[in-house]
Amino acid sequence: MVNNPLTKNIDMSRPPKDIAAYEAADGYQSIQEIAKGHAPDDVLQLVKDSGLKGRGGAGFPTGLKWSFVPQGENTPAQKYLVVNADEMEPGTFKDRLLMEGDPHLLLEGMIIAAYAIRASKAYIFLRGEYTVSEQALNIAIKEAYERGFLGKNILGTGFDLDIILHTSAGRYICGEETALLNALEGKRANPRAKPPFPQVSGLWGKPTIVNNVETICNLPGILTYGIEWYQSLTKGADHGTKLFGVSGKVKNPGCWELPLGTPIRDLIEGHAQGMQNGLELRAFLPGGGSTDFMSPEHLDLKLDYGEIAKAGSRLATGTMIILDDKTCPVGMIGNLMRFFSHESCGFCTPCRDGLPWVDEIFQGFENGFGNEKDLQILHEHVDYLGPGRTFCALAPGATAPLGSGLKLFKEDFERHIIEKRCPYKL
Amino acid sequence: MSKNVIASSAVRARKLSADEIAEIEHEMKLYPDKRAVGLEALKIVQKHQGWVSDESLLAIAKYLNIPIADLEGVATFFNLVYRHPVGKNVILFCNSVSCWIMGCDGLREHIKKEVGIDFGETSEDDEFTMIPVPCLGDCDRAPVMMVGSDLHRNLTSEKIDQIISRYRNK
Amino acid sequence: MAKIVIDGVSYEVNPDNNLLQECLSQGLDLPYFCWHPCMGSAGACRQCAVKQYRDEEDKDGILVMACMTPASDGSIISIEDDGAKSFRSSVIESLMISHPHDCPVCEEGGECHLQDMTLMSGHNYRRYDKKKVTHLNQYLGPFINHEMNRCITCYRCVRYYDDYAGGTDLSAQATHHHTYFGRHEDGVLESEFSGNLVEVCPTGVFTDKSFSENYTRKWDLQVAPSVCTGCAVGCNTTPGERYGSLRRIVNRYNSEVNGYFLCDRGRFGFDYVNNDDRLKEAVKQIDGNEEVQSKEKIREVLTEIANGATIGIGSPRASNEANFALRCFVGDENFYSGMSDSEHELSQLVLGLNRDPSFQTPSVREIEKADAVIILGEDVTNVAPRIALALRQSVRNKALDLAKDCNIPAWQDAAVRELAQHERSPLCVLSSYVSRLDDIASDSLIDSSANLANIAYAIANKIVNSAPAAADVAAEYNDVIDRVAQQLSAAKNPLVIAGTSSDNADLIKAAANIARALSKENGTNLCLLVPEVNSLGVSLLSGTKNSLSSAFERIQNGSVSSAIIVENDLYRRASHNEVDSVLDKLSNLVVIDQLPNATTAKANYLLPSTAFSEHEATFVNYEGRAQLSFQVYRNQSNAQSAWRWLSDAEDGDVDALVNRCAAEAKGFDKLGNLLPDPEEFIAGMKIPRQSHRYSGRTAMKANLNVHEPKQEEDSESVMSFSMEGISSQKDASILASSWSPQWNSNQSISKFQEEVNGELKQGHTGAMLIARSETAGSYFPPPTVESTNKLQLALAYQIFGSDELSAQSAIIQERMTDAYVSIAPVDAEARDIKQGDMVELGDFSAKAIACIRSRIKPGTIAVYCGDNQIDSHALAVNIGILKFEDSNTGDGKGKGKGLSGLIVSDLLEEEY
Ligand SMILES: Cc1cc2nc3c(=O)[nH]c(=O)nc-3n(C[C@H](O)[C@H](O)[C@H](O)COP(=O)(O)O)c2cc1C
Ligand code: SF4
Ligand code: FES
Repeated sequence: MVNNPLTKNIDMSRPPKDIAAYEAADGYQSIQEIAKGHAPDDVLQLVKDSGLKGRGGAGFPTGLKWSFVPQGENTPAQKYLVVNADEMEPGTFKDRLLMEGDPHLLLEGMIIAAYAIRASKAYIFLRGEYTVSEQALNIAIKEAYERGFLGKNILGTGFDLDIILHTSAGRYICGEETALLNALEGKRANPRAKPPFPQVSGLWGKPTIVNNVETICNLPGILTYGIEWYQSLTKGADHGTKLFGVSGKVKNPGCWELPLGTPIRDLIEGHAQGMQNGLELRAFLPGGGSTDFMSPEHLDLKLDYGEIAKAGSRLATGTMIILDDKTCPVGMIGNLMRFFSHESCGFCTPCRDGLPWVDEIFQGFENGFGNEKDLQILHEHVDYLGPGRTFCALAPGATAPLGSGLKLFKEDFERHIIEKRCPYKL
Repeated sequence: MSKNVIASSAVRARKLSADEIAEIEHEMKLYPDKRAVGLEALKIVQKHQGWVSDESLLAIAKYLNIPIADLEGVATFFNLVYRHPVGKNVILFCNSVSCWIMGCDGLREHIKKEVGIDFGETSEDDEFTMIPVPCLGDCDRAPVMMVGSDLHRNLTSEKIDQIISRYRNK
Repeated sequence: MAKIVIDGVSYEVNPDNNLLQECLSQGLDLPYFCWHPCMGSAGACRQCAVKQYRDEEDKDGILVMACMTPASDGSIISIEDDGAKSFRSSVIESLMISHPHDCPVCEEGGECHLQDMTLMSGHNYRRYDKKKVTHLNQYLGPFINHEMNRCITCYRCVRYYDDYAGGTDLSAQATHHHTYFGRHEDGVLESEFSGNLVEVCPTGVFTDKSFSENYTRKWDLQVAPSVCTGCAVGCNTTPGERYGSLRRIVNRYNSEVNGYFLCDRGRFGFDYVNNDDRLKEAVKQIDGNEEVQSKEKIREVLTEIANGATIGIGSPRASNEANFALRCFVGDENFYSGMSDSEHELSQLVLGLNRDPSFQTPSVREIEKADAVIILGEDVTNVAPRIALALRQSVRNKALDLAKDCNIPAWQDAAVRELAQHERSPLCVLSSYVSRLDDIASDSLIDSSANLANIAYAIANKIVNSAPAAADVAAEYNDVIDRVAQQLSAAKNPLVIAGTSSDNADLIKAAANIARALSKENGTNLCLLVPEVNSLGVSLLSGTKNSLSSAFERIQNGSVSSAIIVENDLYRRASHNEVDSVLDKLSNLVVIDQLPNATTAKANYLLPSTAFSEHEATFVNYEGRAQLSFQVYRNQSNAQSAWRWLSDAEDGDVDALVNRCAAEAKGFDKLGNLLPDPEEFIAGMKIPRQSHRYSGRTAMKANLNVHEPKQEEDSESVMSFSMEGISSQKDASILASSWSPQWNSNQSISKFQEEVNGELKQGHTGAMLIARSETAGSYFPPPTVESTNKLQLALAYQIFGSDELSAQSAIIQERMTDAYVSIAPVDAEARDIKQGDMVELGDFSAKAIACIRSRIKPGTIAVYCGDNQIDSHALAVNIGILKFEDSNTGDGKGKGKGLSGLIVSDLLEEEY
């Protein structure tokens, strides 16, 4: 049996498989199976039992999330599935691979998810810059309609599903699931207060599930090959495989599907083939720009949600950003702060007005104006912008590299102050 | 929607083209609420016109019957809606963390020197506008940038020169 | 009720509210910005953070936003916790990063919520040393200034303007710290409620433009509790005066009437008071010459008049005291309400229905609670604007019900709106042309008044069979009649609105029939609108039969030759020709008024009266609610209250007159309850009109006389023209300007409320004059309709223009239009009339601009009955209209305003 269910069809040197080729590789089997008479609740239970956790960053159990959708007579008939394909987290490049490489996998997963939560309409919220994904998905959606996997009364089940591809116009905050819903409704993409959660009142006030692309792409495998198979894939505590990526100055940057629980060292030194010549590994962000720095001492930890959390960071998107010893850590954090500051939606005070200050301070460091007072203000902002203080998780995300970086690169910050310049600049 | 008779901006709205209308109408079928089509319509018009002028903004608001102020709120929220004229080719230059590590700052300087534009600027010949864009999700092939809808990876100064001249001669 | 613990003290609270609201209700100081008592929570500013503890064991707690956290039973929170305090001070530090720190020149200075919160949150030393973000400002029209640099991005403005007030031309734009609040381009803010932005904005982004131009700090204004005279809603206001001129009007909280909001007519329509044309001396007018008369001389004249038969014509814009004094002076049988004949008759009809026990007249707050509404022929936004704002809240009741079912608390404002989407409580509008409430109407029926009345009769009949059926109603209306009848019947709190401005008794009767058919236990909500501040008061005072034409008749037939007209321009009440001939017939005409008008021009004796801000007075609003309005400052000319000119007692005081009115005038027995009892005030101390920080008092008149003048005394009022006395804090019933330690802004109001949004502690909300009778009336029979081919006249009121006095304010005039007529495209085409053409009306003497609208009943012509530009009483019901064929039509456009003030949604789109 396959051990790389997410990427088994992917070969980026050629266009993605068309529907026939996809079906030939066990594709859409899960739908055929469901059509034989599995109730939505059975599918939901299966996904619950599989232990699948969301791959969008928070790692929330997918089946559990689905179970919050109110079902039954007195609930709104219209429910929605929304796929979060707004990938814009700095250093994250995994959903692009899935959509460009094997769009039918995503569609198959969406049909499963929509069936389980009884949604007759599903939107893919795709970031506008992903033009190749857009083309691939458009072709695949057309094929799926023609083949009868989408549309009315799918395979005679009485289940209807329309999938609509929505392309956005570039705002990181749209990745936050409630901001995404506002964006889909054609409003400014400010996040919404939770509760009420989207499962209860989401898109146009109707029950809605938002899942990440990769999360959804896990579903066909689970339904086709079963829970036992799925759970056997892992090398750690969490189930299944996951896309892991490495960017930065390594010899072979890239993105690979690996079992959860794979040691970090395997990823960085194995798949990514270690650091470029003459460079040392200084630190890394394990799962995109909103995670805490980890250092070489963590290389033997497993890529598991729990284990990374124990080390004080988050697995999040699983795409690592490598910091080498010749790149200025202060500059790197400054780059991230500029990103978060620009991408703040402007709704809540700490994020909107706190991050630009942080950003300006980093610019000061870069240009030799940094001082102790600035450093103090940065430390304060780690707390001030932390979880629970802002309206959504954008600003707390920014505090992850900031807070950990201030600790880990204390000397670098001080050198900027003492030398009144960036010591990494020639 | 209400409008003030004298300041009635409606008079200044341009006429949407048949193509624009057809595409907007298509989008209308996909969403239960016409407001959701606002952003789509902005993008459609931008595709045809290059950017969204005041007259276009008014035309869309009028066509969809949504308040102009709300549409402007949406238009100015998103990075990829241009409310100012742009050059023929828009360079979306990734300056997020991986590209930064891989030296995108130097490339930005290079473009500044060669094309004469920095972020937010349009070249004198109206060929290029450069805009910074958050992580383009191709970090393993950083530095990257998009020109129009095409992605260019593993950039170097030489590669950028080639790309620029290719678009210039298009 | 729930029990919660705040900093170790236990409180009983309402679990349906959030923690912030409950903290404020308990009188605790917790800073906030984005939350608003009427608009619920947003969670944007993060200023209201408190620590919340899981249980008594929990010593760490977590930070929560009080406004976003329900006050559930057993909650344990701390406002004083160090972590919470330091977070709040960080928030205010962030908010102040780009703030211009321009308090010295800011109109908000001294009453700024941001100043208060900055201090309360403990931010005083500025650490930010980078560049500030700056913005460009917009021109927003004659009412509001825009200074975006002061913005703290609390989102209150757009939440108020768009979500609460239904505006569409203000929005949040751009993102992150560049977020901007404005229009899509420069231009007049369209909402009739834009002025509230001034009070909703916690800092000085949106400020009162006219106040800015005549600026005075809050504490240097002399203020008193007042009542708006703009219309019959009777919103409570606080006018502020300095150096003898009225500087501004702000809202004064009344839980039952206006709550926190005014309309723009009420807020900006006061400036006529400062007009140079104000009458200042009593004069005798002979052949265009004026001869100043002493008060004694006037007294003699009046005494002489009183000996013969004299008619007294009162006014719906005059106070009860003025009307009552006139009635006493001329005798009951000689007193006339001074309204037009039809309005007089309709008002009497309204009064009768207001006494019927089958109905109850809802207050503004009760209107907000209606869950199904039908409006018959009233253009509420232009006639009783504040009620239109209330109706915008009423349609949200459906959303609140839906939210309740989903366990979403009402204060989660955005979540409730999101859940409900376009679901609204039903609002059915029957009108001859589209109204400003159409955007929220579930059904909007446009037809002639006669047909609309029949539809309404049919709805009543559908609700219960026993209500008489209508004559014939077009079959196309069957569905909507069924639907509306069903919606009203299903509602817990249905509301029927009609009124006199439609100029159609059948619509009022039909409204009564619907309300009667609904037969609610405590009376169905029947809201009958009247147009002027004291329309109902003067109706109560005048006899049913005393119509204006009966007065005219007595003059015409020579049985009387003297008349006294109080604050009434009769040319607005009857056709100009008729008024001319009647007034010319009089040998003795005494007119008392504030400003010159066509009627004052005819007076033999013209006596100047004081304006609303210059005297104490009572008015009766549309509900029959009598309210007391205090004198703010003294008029420095020889003008005096109208009643004082007529009162026989040389130094009679107004309270005595109020008490006499209560004792003698039928229906006014509760009027005396309005008067504060001086005994209640400690040691007889008065309530100061000036704040304890009032400056320059002794120097104010130094340019006239270097000797320090004696402080003016007010022997009549419980208020004094000084800063000494007992502060109004101690007696909230006379609360002009709310202030409390640490709370200099209007947000201090929560300190005076029983609970947030509750009644004022010690305060009272007015006295309800109209008692319900014992026996209910019966159904009105439906009218018989005569069909006609001629155009039918409808009167179009404008919020800016149709009220006589506010229309004489310079800033209101900037929003007024020239005379116009609305017609349907077919009617225009038949007469070759194009959008914006000049047309002639009626006997072809009145000219107006044609306004061709898509949503007006063909065959109807709606004539702007505003500032008397069109002699509407001279127009027949079946009216003619003709294109004005003058070669220079270009400059034939009236006063050159064109239709700039007109905000209509359905103007036909030809180039105008
Ligand atoms: C600022 C911000 C940006 C986010 N961006 C993304 C994104 O681009 N893609 C994504 O799948 N999830 C993103 N998330 C997480 C989503 O809010 C949400 O948790 C996720 O889509 C849920 O999917 P899952 O349960 O399948 O993981 C973001 C969250 C925040 C706070
Ligand atoms: S967001 Fe704000 S004021 Fe606003 S009240 Fe809450 S947090 Fe509180
Ligand atoms: S950081 Fe540039 S593509 Fe990811």
